[in-house]
Parts: sequence; C-alpha cells; structure tokens
Amino acid sequence: MKHVILGNGPTGVVAAETIRKMRPHDAIAVVGDEHERPYSRMAIPYLLEGKIAESGTLLRHDRNHWIDNRIELVEARASSIDADAKSVTLSNGEVLPYDRLLLATGSRPVRPPIPGMHLPEVVSCWTLQDARAILDRLRPGAKVLQMGAGFIGCIIMEAIANAVGKTGGSLTVVEMGDRMVPRMMTPKASALIRSWSEKSGVEVLTSTRVTAIEANVPHAGLLSLVYKAKNTKERVQVTFGDGSTRLFDFVICATGVAPAIDYLRGSGVEIGKLGGIVVDDHMRTTAPDVFAAGDCTESVDFSTGELMVNAIQPNAADQALVAGANMAGGAARTRGGLRMNVLETFGLISTSYGQWWGAEGGDHVEVVDEAAHSYIRLEFQDDRIIGATVVGRTHHIGALRGLIQTGAKLGADWKARLQADPNKFMDAYLATALSLA
Amino acid sequence: MMNSLHIDASKCTGCLQCEMACSYENHGVFATSKSRIKVFDFHSTGRKVPYTCTQCAEAWCMHACPVGAIHEDKALGAKVVNETTCVGCKVCTIACPFGTINYVADTGKVQKCDLCAGKPACAEACPTGAITFVDASWTGLDRMRAWAEKLDTNAPTA
Ligand SMILES: Cc1cc2nc3c(=O)[nH]c(=O)nc-3n(C[C@H](O)[C@H](O)[C@H](O)COP(=O)(O)OP(=O)(O)OC[C@H]3O[C@@H](n4cnc5c(N)ncnc54)[C@H](O)[C@@H]3O)c2cc1C
Ligand code: SF4
Repeated sequence: MKHVILGNGPTGVVAAETIRKMRPHDAIAVVGDEHERPYSRMAIPYLLEGKIAESGTLLRHDRNHWIDNRIELVEARASSIDADAKSVTLSNGEVLPYDRLLLATGSRPVRPPIPGMHLPEVVSCWTLQDARAILDRLRPGAKVLQMGAGFIGCIIMEAIANAVGKTGGSLTVVEMGDRMVPRMMTPKASALIRSWSEKSGVEVLTSTRVTAIEANVPHAGLLSLVYKAKNTKERVQVTFGDGSTRLFDFVICATGVAPAIDYLRGSGVEIGKLGGIVVDDHMRTTAPDVFAAGDCTESVDFSTGELMVNAIQPNAADQALVAGANMAGGAARTRGGLRMNVLETFGLISTSYGQWWGAEGGDHVEVVDEAAHSYIRLEFQDDRIIGATVVGRTHHIGALRGLIQTGAKLGADWKARLQADPNKFMDAYLATALSLA
Repeated sequence: MMNSLHIDASKCTGCLQCEMACSYENHGVFATSKSRIKVFDFHSTGRKVPYTCTQCAEAWCMHACPVGAIHEDKALGAKVVNETTCVGCKVCTIACPFGTINYVADTGKVQKCDLCAGKPACAEACPTGAITFVDASWTGLDRMRAWAEKLDTNAPTA
C-alpha cells in the first residue's frame, strides 16, 4: 500500500507518523514545496524574537527521524491530482501513484486588493522564507507598519516591537475591524490586550484601512539629495482610509489566510463555500481514497455544527490523527473541531475556547480586573460550559477544553459556584466531568 | 507491566507533602505553587483530591506540540517535556483536556508530571498511601480512557 501525503507541515507529518505506527510495511511519501526540512509555522514568532535558531522550528529534531520511520520526503509542488488514475503530478513533471492520498497543504496568506501590495517592502509572515525577509528588514530604529491585528498579527507583534526598539523605532498596527483579535476575543478581553500592547509601546489603529502603498521615491531635483539622505530608510508611503499618509520602512501583511488548494482545480475533489476542502467525519474528501486534514479543510465546528476553517495547530494534529488512522485502515471519527487559541502579547496571556461569543438562550459570567489585566468569561448553555475567554491566567487552562468537549453537566450547584467564582473551573471539572469530589 | 500513579483520594488528608516533594524534586525548592501535582480541596464534601497527569494514551499535548518537544518514555509510558526544545507556545496547555500540563512563566516553558524517571517523589512522600506507584491496571486508567473517548478524536493507539 502506498500513501502519498501532500504538505509537510504538522498535519502531513503527524498523519505520516500515525500511518507508520499502524502499518509498519506501507510506503509513505510526503511532498512539500518549500525548500526546507519539515518545520512548524507556529515556531516563527520565536525565531523572530531570537529565542530559537532556524533549527528550533523543525517539526522533528532527530535527523534520522524520517529514515528511521521510512517516511520519504519529496521536495516538489503538487500541480494536479487525477483521482481516477490515482496519481499526483508534481511540478518537476514526475507522476506519483497512490493507493491513499492525504491533502494537507495548509493555507497561504491572502493580501487585500490594494495598490502597492507587490512592492518588496511589503512582506507576509507565513513561511520561514517570509521570516527571513522580515529579519533582513528588522533593525533597531525601523518604523514598521503591520496590517492586521488578528491572531497571527498579535502573536508576532512582540517580536517586531522588541526588535525595532523604543528609541526611534516604532510598530504601528492597523486593523480594519473595530478591535484586536476580533475573531478570538470578546470586546472586553480585546480592550485589555489593546491597552496592554499600547503600554508596551505599540501604536494600535482599529477600524482603519490602508488604501494604498507607494514606493517613497525622492523627487527629482537638487532638493532630492537632502531628502534622500534623510529618508533612505523610509521606503514606503502608506495612505490610510481618511486620506492621511505616513512613511514607513516596511510593511508586514498579516491580513489573513485561505486554504491552499489551487492544485485541485478540475480534480473532482469538492471545495466548500468557505474555500476549504470538504471532509466528512472520517476526514474523507468527495473523491475515493482521498483524505484531507488541517488548515486546508473546512469541517464541522463542534460548538455550532456549522462549517468552519479551523486553521490552528491543535486542529491540524487532531485531524491528522483521524485521517492517518483511517488511511491505515482504522475507523477513527471526529465529532467536530473545537476552536481554541492561546496568545501571548508582551507577557499577557489570553485564551479562548469553543463558542466564546455565547449562544442564544445561554447565559454567562464575566469577571474583569482592569488594573491587573485579568479577565475570565464563561458561556453557559443550560448547565454546560460551551465557551470561555480567559486573560492573565494559564494554570489548568486545558480543563476548559475537557468541560466543553465532554459536555459535562455542572448541575445547579456547580453552575452557581462558577457564577460566583468562574476561576474555580478546574474544581468544577474534577467534581463534575470526573466525579472526583 | 507498566507502573503508574494510583490516587486514592479517600486516604488524602491534604497535608501537601506531595506538592512539596514535587516542587523540590523539579525546582529544588519547597514551593507548592510550582508543584506538578495539586491537591484540590472540596470544602463542601470535605474531600481532598490529589490530581496530576495520567499519562493518557491519547497524549493530546504531545501531538499538538509544533516542535516535537514532548516525547513518550517508552519504558515508563510517561509523556516527557524536553525543555530545550520547548518554545513556550502553550499550545499543549490548551490542547490537554485534563488541565495537567501547565505554563511556567519563570522559565518560559511548560511542565507536566513525568513520573520522576520511575521514582515519583509525590508517591514516596505521601504518608497515607493516597498516592502509590503501582501496576497500571490498578489505576482506573480504563476509566480515564472511557472518558477520553467522549472527546472528539478516537486517537489511534499503537
Ligand atoms: C507566524 C505564525 C504563528 C502561528 N501561531 C499559531 C499558534 O500560536 N497557535 C495555533 O494554533 N496556530 C498557529 N499558527 C497556525 C499554524 O501554524 C497552522 O494552523 C498549522 O501550520 C497548520 O498545519 P498544516 O500542516 O495544516 O499546514 P501548513 O503548516 O501550512 O503546512 C502545509 C505545507 O504544505 C505545503 N504545500 C502547500 N501547497 C502545496 C502543494 N501544492 N504541493 C506541495 N506542498 C504544498 C506548504 O508549503 C506547507 O509547507 C501560526 C501560523 C503562523 C504563520
Ligand atoms: S509549550 Fe513547549 S511543549 Fe508545549 S506545545 Fe509549545 S513548544 Fe511544545
């Protein structure tokens, strides 16, 4: 049996390892189009911070891992698949036949349709290559504009701000939405993250659009020499929605990502309304023996039953385990993916889970301590926790996943206790989900 | 047969010797706040419940780690954090549905029970036998497994 896996990110790697564990003798090939050893995008912020070297981003650190597990790594781009002939055509012209195929190609950054986005001073923050481009441009004193204050934007903020420093350098973050991390945090939690980030020296502009980016070329004529001497650093002029303009050294674009699926055109593999590969609860696509997992899929949200693109690391791992097990002949199922995020901004740690925005007919408890930048909000449906947002606390945080995903019934007593003190969620979890109290 | 921690909460008096021993073993100080095992005190029932990682087979923390910083000690069955590799992203802490892998701000890394390389300090310190290190089939691991199946993934076991 030959398993071909397209994509060598966390999804592809975890799936390959799962297959290997269950099927010691099958052939496994993992195809990746970046000129790198399999690495983790998630480690990029720590590389930008200087906390790790490039080697620290590797998904597996043992050099012999791939050989020992007989996982063949192929460096090429999949340009098309033929689901009838059961083969993949690679950019190098090679044709790879498969018995079982996994699509794990992740997502790619999307840039807004604004003039100037093609300039070399505009960089994304998605690949190791992007990280190198940012590091090349990041120097003390640099004036940086970051477009997008979503999850990825907020995760890299600290590294950028620290690198440019407080003397002369600056980081300005623009977000079209009315708050930071709008798709992960309640308004109150966002406000805490914002004030904390501002205190740390970041300029945050919400409900603001960038409308154009131009190269900052000095005017011709004698004055230009003076101008040039003064402004060689600030290479771009950025225009905002209100017509104002400002100069920056470079721009980081973190405005969002979309499933990387262009090679599937005409393949018969169904792409959903959200732009992701449609999968069932076994991670099967609409083509026989073709599975998909991770960022490139759209799948059922455990909380709402609706479809979502859950482009996060834990989801990549969970889906990869299910897909890998089924490719190996098992019968694993998913009951839907759970939203979960943890974010650190300048030492302030925030987390959200599940239906953190609440449900109709549900109720909640919210406790804020603005001075301490601490916050917790639990969303209930009847006597179950369905979502949570927490700022400034990390211990036992995972129990919230346990409570939400097992649908543990709190009973009137424990619900009342949590309404009085939501920080007692670990106690509630032991008492209800595990019946230990 | 593999050994694992067996916890009999009915024997626990809440003396916190386990927390002290754990923090001393792993941090060189007696500081219960740094302990990887925690005794929960349920005032309403008077019950004291020591709780820590069960080294579950699903190992959500291990699979979610983006840099392979958690591995399984095959002999012990323990899931062990490699502090050098850990980048401190905390994804494992939100992925673990038991809440038993925790971020330590001082070190910028996470910590969890690793069974002290086969000689758990908590079990040795417990004066009442509430925590023992015994044959895995005694520990209610099956119950934990049944519980784990309620979660989304039926993660395959090797
Ligand atoms: C800076 C940054 C920080 C992040 N932080 C977090 C975080 O804190 N928490 C969190 O949960 N998530 C985080 N993420 C998101 C997380 O990294 C992704 O959810 C995860 O990488 C998804 O894994 P994947 O394997 O599905 O896709 P990817 O990691 O994107 O891997 C897919 C691979 O397939 C390759 N590929 C694509 N198309 C083809 C093709 N046609 N042929 C061959 N190969 C192809 C890609 O080049 C890539 O190498 C972060 C991402 C970034 C960029
Ligand atoms: S905090 Fe460390 S061990 Fe946990 S997932 Fe991140 S890198 Fe891995």
